[in-house]
Amino acid sequence: MGFFWTIVTLVVALALAWRFLGSYMAAVFDGRVRWMAWAERPFYRLLGTSPDAEQSWKRYAGALLVFSVVSLLFTYLVLRLQGSLPLNPQHLPGVAPGLAWNTSVSFVTNTNWQNYGGETTLSYLSQMTLVVQQFVSPAVGIAVAIVLVRGFTRRDASTVGNFWVDVTRCLLYILLPIAFVAGIVYVGQGGVQTLAGPAHIRDALNGVTQTIARGPIAFMESIKQLGTNGGGFLNANAATPFENPTGLTNWLSIFLLLCIPFSLTYTFGKMAGSRRQGAALLAAMAIIFGVWVGFTSVAEHQPNPAVAAAGLPSQPTGNMVGKEVRFGDTSSALFGVASTQTSTGSANAAYDSFTPLGGFGLLSGMMLGEETPGGTGSGLYTILLFAIVAVFIGGLMIGRTPEYLGKKIQAREVKLAGLGILVMPIVVLVLTGIAVSVHAGRVAPLNAGPHGFSEILYAFTSQANNNGSAFAGLSGNTAFYNVLGGLAMLFGRFAVIVPVLALAGALGTKEVVPAGLGTFRTDNPMFVGLVIGSILLVGALTFFPALSLGPIVEQLSHGRFFG
Amino acid sequence: MTVVAPDAQPTGAGPHGVAQQRGLFDAAILRRAALDALGKVVDLRVQVKNPVMFVVFIGTIVALVEAIAHPGVFTWSITIWLALTVWFANFAEAMAEGRGKAQADTLRKMRTTTEARRLGADGVEERVLASSLAKGDVVVCEAGDVIPSDGEVVEGVASVDESAVTGESAPVIRESGGDRSAVTGGTMVLSDRIVVTITAEPGHTFIDRMIGLVEGANRQKTPNEIALTILLAVLTIVFLPVVVSLEPFGRFSGAAVSVVVLVALLVCLIPTTIGALLSAIGIAGMDRLVQRNVLAMSGRAVEAAGDVQTLLLDKTGTITLGNRMASRFIGVGGHAEQAVAEASQLASLADETPEGRSIVVLAKERFALRQRDLGEHTFVPFSATTRMSGIDVDGRQVRKGAAESVKAWVVEQGGTVPPELDGVVSGIARSGATPLVVADGPEVLGAIELKDVVKQGIREKFAEMRQMGIRTVMITGDNPLTAAAIAQEAGVDDFLAEATPERKMELIRAEQAGGKLVAMTGDGTNDAPALAQADVGVAMNSGTTAAKEAGNMVDLDSNPTKLIDVVEIGKQLLITRGSLTTFSIANDVAKYFAIIPALFVATYPQLGALNIMRLHSPQSAVLSAVIFNALVIVALIPLALRGVKFRPSSSASILRRNVFIYGLGGIITPFVFIKLIDLALVALHAY
Repeated sequence: MGFFWTIVTLVVALALAWRFLGSYMAAVFDGRVRWMAWAERPFYRLLGTSPDAEQSWKRYAGALLVFSVVSLLFTYLVLRLQGSLPLNPQHLPGVAPGLAWNTSVSFVTNTNWQNYGGETTLSYLSQMTLVVQQFVSPAVGIAVAIVLVRGFTRRDASTVGNFWVDVTRCLLYILLPIAFVAGIVYVGQGGVQTLAGPAHIRDALNGVTQTIARGPIAFMESIKQLGTNGGGFLNANAATPFENPTGLTNWLSIFLLLCIPFSLTYTFGKMAGSRRQGAALLAAMAIIFGVWVGFTSVAEHQPNPAVAAAGLPSQPTGNMVGKEVRFGDTSSALFGVASTQTSTGSANAAYDSFTPLGGFGLLSGMMLGEETPGGTGSGLYTILLFAIVAVFIGGLMIGRTPEYLGKKIQAREVKLAGLGILVMPIVVLVLTGIAVSVHAGRVAPLNAGPHGFSEILYAFTSQANNNGSAFAGLSGNTAFYNVLGGLAMLFGRFAVIVPVLALAGALGTKEVVPAGLGTFRTDNPMFVGLVIGSILLVGALTFFPALSLGPIVEQLSHGRFFG
Repeated sequence: MTVVAPDAQPTGAGPHGVAQQRGLFDAAILRRAALDALGKVVDLRVQVKNPVMFVVFIGTIVALVEAIAHPGVFTWSITIWLALTVWFANFAEAMAEGRGKAQADTLRKMRTTTEARRLGADGVEERVLASSLAKGDVVVCEAGDVIPSDGEVVEGVASVDESAVTGESAPVIRESGGDRSAVTGGTMVLSDRIVVTITAEPGHTFIDRMIGLVEGANRQKTPNEIALTILLAVLTIVFLPVVVSLEPFGRFSGAAVSVVVLVALLVCLIPTTIGALLSAIGIAGMDRLVQRNVLAMSGRAVEAAGDVQTLLLDKTGTITLGNRMASRFIGVGGHAEQAVAEASQLASLADETPEGRSIVVLAKERFALRQRDLGEHTFVPFSATTRMSGIDVDGRQVRKGAAESVKAWVVEQGGTVPPELDGVVSGIARSGATPLVVADGPEVLGAIELKDVVKQGIREKFAEMRQMGIRTVMITGDNPLTAAAIAQEAGVDDFLAEATPERKMELIRAEQAGGKLVAMTGDGTNDAPALAQADVGVAMNSGTTAAKEAGNMVDLDSNPTKLIDVVEIGKQLLITRGSLTTFSIANDVAKYFAIIPALFVATYPQLGALNIMRLHSPQSAVLSAVIFNALVIVALIPLALRGVKFRPSSSASILRRNVFIYGLGGIITPFVFIKLIDLALVALHAY
């Protein structure tokens, strides 16, 4: 299937998912889907709660934080103690404290940054513990997004929902069933799924024994993509045939990682009572996403400048350095953009070997803040933060104190939305600044000069955005990067989630102002343009200086912007 | 005194009173503002209130320290221009306050220092200083006296010259009881004698309040201003790590970045344009209202005006001309229509009110009755007590006036009132018109029907309102049939007929329950609860003290049509804020293209490709950006003070227009001007 048909079929499949998965998710969180009620009830009994016991935003946030801390501790302990725990056929020792900290934070925050090689570091039990987080961390993200939507749609309400119920329903009705079906496809296509331990193959010809890593890979793959997690079983991630065996699974991977983030805009529109409102956000997401796919694909279709400089100017297949021949240049670029802009971070190629402009496409995509379409849940709530800023300035420009979906946007909302937007750039810039200033930070990159700078910048951008994609080329498994990276991921996740929940609480208590002719429209192309403008402007203004010292100067060193 | 705010409308005041049409850039105001700005710059308490400009303030001090430590033309130039940026911001605010301060001075001079004639409990008059009057004191004022303080007329009727407050030279009637009983300190009694109970403590009179308001002495930030300040603070905070991190980034890349250049970059990136002009915009919005003789008690009310979705408009005076026009003569007791017309014309010859003139015109139109030379005659003018006017000529005594008054007068003359008169009078009243009765001596001739005339252009105005999403509701005491007819003619969206204060209140509550913001005007004491309930309540200055205290704005001209202006000024205020914010942020793009290549071109010559403006040198590029950033504040002061041009139209087209001008314009303008400043610096051999 060529690049063109990949795009066409993806668009069709995503459009169907948007319409049907979107409305299904709305029904799930409205409590209208009941076919797994028998499975829900025991959970609620265990947690001592019920769907009727709604929480204020503060209690909701408290429950979320307690849940995340417990998840973090549990994961950390399993990683540390894996040597004494079952399901460890390779007899791997416990993970070192720094790496265990970084890894458990990484999976609890839906980042899946991997400072380790999966097959050489983790036991099967550890991998499965991470899979648990690959299920619950997207559920947490989706729950937060739904709470924010409720803030917009409820009036005069003091509660925002019940955290335990939202997460349970998200797992039972959305993530588990889809991941299960997709996992079967991965297995069917040849993805490996076994607990039998690594295979040892005797190569009689060369007189060596080869160890082939195996494990419960295929089902991890499906939730890895669906939950925009990105952390694969194997170090080479989706570039290996065990994780991503065929063109079909490659296509399915891209579809899975895009489907929930895009579809949530329909859920938003449906819950807000206007499909157009959801379509407007979808349009803003899709336009930026489309432009970045186009840009990065064109960049990767150019000859690799370094290879050209080495005497091979003609490269008809584009830049194939670091790419799987079975996926090719543009398709790898599509996978890369989909993975970086959804906060998934999985990879089917080496992003470090992209052309400077291709790397710019991936890096800048994350710098926009992961909302085009962004991670599961986090994409929707982040774009809503930008929408609030756009509404505020746009609303003023028509002479009204601004409102969004009938909710007045006042000092408190602006403060919380601003806070949510501020966190990521500050974390990235401050931590990158520290890393390039101290010895422990400066020795890690593989390359010198602008590319080395890009590698450090990429690492913190990826972690603060909870993306997890790696530029590689950076020796990240050091005490310095493990600790700092863990902090970046924690802040990038929870320092955004808490203001978002507070925002939902503040909006929920407000009355709804009826829309009229004089109302600022939030469902037309003008608004889409304003949202896109806010996202691009904030991203460009905060990261232009840093980018100009990384990929921009690197590309200019080759003479021109495009080959 | 030559420049008149472009938005000034004929509804504005005359040449007297508070709202003297002082130019925006009166030389005296400019001088005073320049000095006031210096005072503000060194006052830390003022600086801290504005987070954006406070960062510039600190940055200037950092640059100054650097300039002293490492003197050079470049560092000093940057430092001076940064200092100018701070001064310009304070100058903008001082300019906005300037006109108010000048008006306050005028008012202070006017504040009465005269003596008052206080009535003791025993009824004995005592001369005291006006400033010593307390609430509850009773004073007497006669023709020629200046009313010493705010009060309520408790006895008598008088015509009062209120031009000192309103600028309107025509005298107004103030009488005890009813809705025209409030008098304002500083106004002058022209005729008759009134007894007034003082309702204000010294220092808290209406004029004192006006002085405080026009001066903006205790100006509070409005909710939307606070929200915008927060957004600007966010945009300032985010640029701090952007700029500070450039130091380690530069070092890693082998480029040493000077502190002065970093400060320059920071100041250029944070939204200084809107940060500098924000408070000026708010003050100027209040000032624009004052220019139209409307006093807003708080900036919050002005902001709310922009949000209003329902306008409650009194029919009389707002939708219809307050002056009714004669439309019909009706004879009673066997008198022909022409006889009524003839007598009415006679009685109205000296009547210069619009009603009087309309009677003369109607008589001429209907029966070709022309003005005649009269023999020996005396005109009897209208008075508040007789409620009639007329003429004594050739032994005839012709009178026209309110039905009850004329009837009483006829009986007094020994005549009888024809029985069908009451039917005719009430018939006219029922149709929504006003009846006048005409009598010739003891004989009642008939009645004149005075009809409401819908104001010209009001229909178009309401269509504009509708486009802006504002619903207009006409409030009238008329019966539903008449109200419907006038509502249809005027093009309002809805009407409330047979309105009572209670029903008005219900209507406001119902609209507000639906989340809508409501604006209304009112003057009577029974309007007070509704005025207080409405989000924007404009009390007529001619109204009672209770009404004025309940509303959050007072219209000195007592012209209810101005409610529409108030809404437009509120919208204009918000639009100006939004547009300048957009402009300010959009400017950053060009500044990056000027400064980033300048910062790193020594280390990475390739980055020269980003210098798309082809600026002369790194230093000239940075300085040009800083100079542009400072001068753009000055250049936009007039816009901030006058407000962005506002034409009522749909929200979509307003948005499109403003995004185009201030968004796109905001991106392009600095490219042009930074290049020009750079060329100028080169031409001046500065570089």
